[in-house]
Amino acid sequence: MSYDNKDKGMTLIVKTITGLTVGLILLYGLYITLHGHISPGGGFAGGVIVAISFIHLMLAFGREEALRILPKTFISVLESVGALLFLGIAILGFMGGYFFLDWFSKGKPFELFSAGSIIFSNIAIALKVGLGLFGIFLVLILLKFTSKDE
Amino acid sequence: MVIIPFFTILPLSGAFIIYLVGRHSKFFTDIFANITTFVLFLLSLFILFFKPFEPLLYKVGGWLPPWGITLVIDGLTRFMLITVNFIAWTITLFSVNYMEKFTSKYKFYTLFLFMLAGMNGLLISGDIFNVFVFLEIASVASYALVAYGVEAEELEASFKYLVMSSFASLCILLGIALLYSYTSTLNIADMGVVLWEKGIVPVVIFSAVLFFLGVGLKSAIVPFHAWLPDAHPSAPAPISATLSGVLIKTLGVYLLLRIFYNLLGVNQIFLDILMFLGVLSIMVGVILAITQMDIKRLLAYHSISQIGYIILGIGLGTPLGVLGGLFHLFNHSVFKSLLFLNSGAIEYTIGTRDLSKMGGLRKNMPLTGWTSLIASLSISGIPPFNGFFSKLLIIIACMEKGYIGYAIWAIIGSILTLSSFMKVQKFAFLGKLNSLYKEVKEVPIFMRTAMVILAIICILSGGMLIPYLNNYFLLPAQKVILGGLDYKNINQSINNEK
Amino acid sequence: MNNSYLPYFLCLVFFCVGLYGVLRKRNIIKIIIGLVICEYAANLFLVLVGYKMGGRSPLYSPDQSILDMVDPLPQALVLTSIVIGLATTALVVGIAIRIYEKYGTFDITKISKLKG
Repeated sequence: MSYDNKDKGMTLIVKTITGLTVGLILLYGLYITLHGHISPGGGFAGGVIVAISFIHLMLAFGREEALRILPKTFISVLESVGALLFLGIAILGFMGGYFFLDWFSKGKPFELFSAGSIIFSNIAIALKVGLGLFGIFLVLILLKFTSKDE
Repeated sequence: MVIIPFFTILPLSGAFIIYLVGRHSKFFTDIFANITTFVLFLLSLFILFFKPFEPLLYKVGGWLPPWGITLVIDGLTRFMLITVNFIAWTITLFSVNYMEKFTSKYKFYTLFLFMLAGMNGLLISGDIFNVFVFLEIASVASYALVAYGVEAEELEASFKYLVMSSFASLCILLGIALLYSYTSTLNIADMGVVLWEKGIVPVVIFSAVLFFLGVGLKSAIVPFHAWLPDAHPSAPAPISATLSGVLIKTLGVYLLLRIFYNLLGVNQIFLDILMFLGVLSIMVGVILAITQMDIKRLLAYHSISQIGYIILGIGLGTPLGVLGGLFHLFNHSVFKSLLFLNSGAIEYTIGTRDLSKMGGLRKNMPLTGWTSLIASLSISGIPPFNGFFSKLLIIIACMEKGYIGYAIWAIIGSILTLSSFMKVQKFAFLGKLNSLYKEVKEVPIFMRTAMVILAIICILSGGMLIPYLNNYFLLPAQKVILGGLDYKNINQSINNEK
Repeated sequence: MNNSYLPYFLCLVFFCVGLYGVLRKRNIIKIIIGLVICEYAANLFLVLVGYKMGGRSPLYSPDQSILDMVDPLPQALVLTSIVIGLATTALVVGIAIRIYEKYGTFDITKISKLKG
């Protein structure tokens, strides 16, 4: 990451602090996502936090930096993949007889590997929501820039 | 019945797959979208003839009805599913050629399939909160589709539509919250049982008012119609056809039938209000339509007027009136979609929507001319076509119940409709050909196919009133509405099974 | 009036504040804010419906009874409703930016290319 580039992004202080915290925010988002079935949170909340970590990066370092890490086509492709994954998990329920049926092994309550397919659904939702939200943010930013250029 | 959830699975997965693959291959997008909608149409036909007279229930995730989400297929749902999926299929067929002039066609198909998923989901859902979710999916997709061209007028229309329609959705959400607070359940049938046991109190009436506000805004009955004449003409022609043809009926009329007739129950005061608003819509819509010179705007005003006929028929509450209203719903979907597709074909070839700049187009575009003549005669209620039969049923039902005045207003509305469509025919297709348009040709093959299919249905669907055919399509839907609160017993079939 | 109904009425008043914003304001952004206030009022109402005096949050854990929980269903519904609201708001903000691009103003009295 370019800490020295003064033209793009905010000041060095913001950049340094962001560089230190952004990884933690991302990790926290992943934690919320993966523990969605045993504690408050879940795919949506986790996805929003993941999106916030990228938005943070973008605000501090300028949009080129964020777009270098997550290109635009990559975002829209992964977003669709997240949605299809969720749909796929729902369709897998047909193997147990019903749409959306959770037929995986349930495991023991209050452990990480429990609650069947919910953890996979949460991951799919987090993918969809996180990248979707970041995509919305990105699109609004890009819209603003085109109107300013004219 | 394992195929019931596929009414939403197919369009949703189709939408995401098209979004993934569509940007690389235009050919694939067209083929895939058309196959998806055609398969949906076949599925809805299949479900019409599979055990046609009994309701089907599907337990999502295997949870039993009052707790889990159920998908319900009864007569009314079958009727609406056929209408929606048939129109959607012809419209995707039409879009293959028509949407060529826009960039990134795959986004159009993605949004269109989202809208279709929303409408299908709303129809099959037996759970009132899911109804809200699917309603919003269909609405959000339709806002985006109205603004699809991103020109100034389209954005303005979309903004207006969005504000009004989201307010309608919020009213429906508040109504759902109030009903939930009173009944402590979200399953529509179970809610019916609780309401039956606990009786109607002011909270329920308040929620009914909120529902009526929401549903009225969504279906553009007259005091709530302001957004429709802006939103519908601004969209690309296939979307205008979908919005006018099926969206306002699914989100508006179907929801009105389901909530008021099957869940809350209707009384004479409500029916009187409904009939009055219906007649008001007929007259206001048609009078505003007559002076328009923009062909799509004229058609949009006629949508308000024709929704008025549907509301009038349903509001009568007699078997004949309800039958007429439902039949008019189907017929209006067909001929209004056809008319919007015709206007799209004209716009495609000569690039204007202004009636005064057209003229003599029948010589160069015979197929568009003739199909539009059929649709115009249908919408004005001229005998061999389907519009005549449904309007006749509604008018006879009015007479039968003693509302002679309403019958006369309906006839006057029909005559004014005829005059305004004679104007369309005269300006657009008859008369002298404008010298600018000497070289215009008939539209491409897929657009023609879609229009011909719809025109054939316009001619033939009058035959649906023949006693035997009747049994499958119209009468089961009519039975659900006339059965009214009997809908609450629908969960029993699944509870007996276990 | 019974005092315990007060929150619900305040909630409806909140809804009306949003409605006032939608109907009376001329600036597109203010209209959007009004719409969002309406939406939050509806969500708040839905949460209040499930609230129980002295109830705890609806989390199931091994050593607690489930009897003193608030109703968890409205909270799940509100989450769904918030997601839908997010989609609508994002779309309307996008449209508002585009409108600004085309017309150069946020004043709806000046945005009138359509007749109706």
